[in-house]
Amino acid sequence: MLSKKEKGLIKEIWERLSPVAEDIGSEALLRMFASYPGTKTYFSHLDISPGSSHLHSHGKKIVLAIAEGAKDISQLTVTLAPLQTLHAYQLRIDPTNFKLLSHCMLVTLACYLGEEFTPVAHAAMDKYLSAFAAVLAEKYR
Amino acid sequence: MVEWTDFERATIKDIFSKIDAGAVGAAAISRCLIVYPWTQRYFGSFGNLYNAAAITSNPKVAAHGKVVMSGLEAAVKNMDDIKNTYKDLSVLHSEKLHVDPDNFKLLADCLSIVVAAQLGSAFTGDVQAAFQKFLAVVVSSLGRQYH
Repeated sequence: MLSKKEKGLIKEIWERLSPVAEDIGSEALLRMFASYPGTKTYFSHLDISPGSSHLHSHGKKIVLAIAEGAKDISQLTVTLAPLQTLHAYQLRIDPTNFKLLSHCMLVTLACYLGEEFTPVAHAAMDKYLSAFAAVLAEKYR
Repeated sequence: MVEWTDFERATIKDIFSKIDAGAVGAAAISRCLIVYPWTQRYFGSFGNLYNAAAITSNPKVAAHGKVVMSGLEAAVKNMDDIKNTYKDLSVLHSEKLHVDPDNFKLLADCLSIVVAAQLGSAFTGDVQAAFQKFLAVVVSSLGRQYH
């Protein structure tokens, strides 16, 4: 459950990071591929080497979707409806992988924000990313 | 037996030489108690854990952080036999403390995030992977004596 304060905090952080969506997204993906090699199996059709245009555009896409959801967290199911369909019927990524990317996203934020990524911000962000992942997987079955 | 590459060995030793162990330990335990509040169930004797500020300034939390870090330092010194180094600790956590081993992973995740915040861009994807592999071995060794 996200409090009003937490929703505000999350919205503010993603608003600030949207301009560097590409950097954050590609870094989170690279971290995930390094720590959890099994996740690479979903990207056999793309070039995911560091610096590749595929990696950067894909990272950007993911972060912008997360930032979009953060603008009005109470409307997450509405905002993510098209992505829900995409993930359920086409991508069919095993939902355990969402946790892995979420963790790497948190690590990326910690590296970027340092001290500013306080325990309270960390808790709020973890809750938001879990909610995001849960909504994304809603149409799976 | 766990196979460590030269990069992994060097990275782990490097991380532990760079970080402020006391600060990292305290910060990681605090984060765990704040981000995953159900973990507070194991710390009934710690007093005030009512909110993030209380947890962060709680001296018992900080002291426990030091205990955890010395455990990790023992693993760094015995990287080739963490399993046996942790045998008694595993029995302790299972038989005496009754800690659900899933919690070890939660603390490990918090440790990664705290170290990332401290090291910044030096905590690259490869460094993270090595650190997380080390923590995974520690977590597995801690859970080994449960039955």
